[in-house]
Amino acid sequence: MTIDATTPRFEFRRAASVGEAVQWLATPGARVHAGGTDLVPNLRRGLERPSIVVDIGGIAGLAGIAWRDDACAIGATVTLARLAADARVASTYPALAEAAAAVGAPAHRSAGTVGGNLCADTRCVHYNQGAWWRGAVGGCLKRGGDVCHVAPQGRRCHAAFCGDLAPALIALSAELDVASYGGVRRMAAVDLYRDDGAAHLALLPGELVTAVRLPPPDGVSGYRKARVRGSIDFPLAGVAIALRVGQRSIERAIVAVTGVGPRPVVVGTEAIVGRRVDDETAALLATRVEQSVKPMRTTATPAAYRRQVAGVLAARLLRTLAA
Amino acid sequence: MGTRLLEVTVNGRTRCDAVDDATLLVDYLRRSVGLTGTKQGCDGGECGACTVLVDGAPRLACITLAASMAGRSIETIESLAAAGRMSPLQRAFHEHLGAQCGYCTPGMIMSAEALLRRDRAPTEDAIRAALAGNLCRCTGYVKIVESVQAASRALAEGER
Ligand SMILES: Cc1cc2nc3c(=O)[nH]c(=O)nc-3n(C[C@H](O)[C@H](O)[C@H](O)COP(=O)(O)OP(=O)(O)OC[C@H]3O[C@@H](n4cnc5c(N)ncnc54)[C@H](O)[C@@H]3O)c2cc1C
Ligand code: SF4
Ligand code: FES
Ligand code: FES
Repeated sequence: MTIDATTPRFEFRRAASVGEAVQWLATPGARVHAGGTDLVPNLRRGLERPSIVVDIGGIAGLAGIAWRDDACAIGATVTLARLAADARVASTYPALAEAAAAVGAPAHRSAGTVGGNLCADTRCVHYNQGAWWRGAVGGCLKRGGDVCHVAPQGRRCHAAFCGDLAPALIALSAELDVASYGGVRRMAAVDLYRDDGAAHLALLPGELVTAVRLPPPDGVSGYRKARVRGSIDFPLAGVAIALRVGQRSIERAIVAVTGVGPRPVVVGTEAIVGRRVDDETAALLATRVEQSVKPMRTTATPAAYRRQVAGVLAARLLRTLAA
Repeated sequence: MGTRLLEVTVNGRTRCDAVDDATLLVDYLRRSVGLTGTKQGCDGGECGACTVLVDGAPRLACITLAASMAGRSIETIESLAAAGRMSPLQRAFHEHLGAQCGYCTPGMIMSAEALLRRDRAPTEDAIRAALAGNLCRCTGYVKIVESVQAASRALAEGER
């Protein structure tokens, strides 16, 4: 049996090199397959209808972690399990190791990749459902319908990006190498995302993320997430912080939040820089986070809870990092 | 659209089968190979019933495209018993009531097998972490954790 009687079939091609992959990806309707843990459930539910599925899992050059002093280049197909188990990643970029370890369950992490996690689709309780379920409500703006069940008066999709790695990579000032048939470009990790749940990636058609580049760490970092079941679920909110604390006070802080909207939110930290880390500073940060994120009711959990828990996670993480 | 000849190793034997490009690994194993021990418990990636080992690591067969497995080595629950004798993990699940309806059991055991190969004497936390993606609607998990602990003890005593 194939995926689903209603799902059009596709051609599966295994690329041997980045050149071959981007050549195939230039075909309209072609999709990248890395670990498949996000793409295949969506295929099964009829949410994706690719003509060609280009598997990048066999491209040798994408599967490595390379160090130069304390800077690091991580290939797009490095698995989350490997990232979470790498001692040097854990000591240099704790936020990244903690985020990788917090994705799904072990079997998702042994298949799931860095590139796939960064490019995973946005999620919504009205969208990530089987065809019969979506059919019963007439689809939605994102696919097959003309109304958004989350904000029916609006004309845009609020589905939330729920990748755990992105906030960590943004806090750690990572850049991405992006290849296409036309060449290679580099972009800041934060620029990968757009504020549109139905088209949340700033990649052009046919572009492939090939590597993540991390500068040497500037201080300490960490990642915390809240989820319904600690064993497996996507984040209701996930917070990464990169922090440098001087003799007395915070010198630099980058705070990024996932799971609360179509793209990760970078929270302004002017209010806490220059302060010492104490209860008041933590509360200030919590307030700033709560003001910056605007989750919509895209999960069964109320949006107000996600906003509040994002603030609480940030405050706790700040205290932990400075302790 | 596409069909291919897929060469993979299943439970130690290399095979070659014609599969549609969109075939899921769970359907390939159950229908083409005839190994029905691997179960499908959800509509994609949520429950762990379909857990198999791919090159020794746990993978969810229901969200794995068979075509992506070319050249890989797959192990299913059927690989564990040898010459009619259950493996230590299988015996432990049997003797310590780790299985009730049994539907989650093949996935539970394959996840636990991957753990015990890596760590023969895991802590309870390590067992729970390794089984985090395997849902059981019958046992309440306590008996499952005890079964894995019993298998770990049996291995330490040299049982095979
Ligand atoms: C039950 C369950 C729980 C999960 N929990 C979490 C969780 O807690 N946190 C979390 O972050 N994720 C979670 N996931 C989602 C998923 O497992 C991870 O995000 C995983 O890292 C995706 O990686 P992949 O390689 O499997 O991606 P794939 O499925 O192969 O690809 C995902 C998407 O990215 C595109 N893509 C892949 N690689 C590239 C690339 N190099 N360049 C450009 N585009 C690319 C694909 O075309 C596809 O659209 C969960 C999934 C399930 C089923
Ligand atoms: S936010 Fe609205 S348009 Fe987007 S997936 Fe959910 S219901 Fe559909
Ligand atoms: S059947 Fe594969 S995870 Fe549920
Ligand atoms: S024994 Fe019935 S689901 Fe686990």
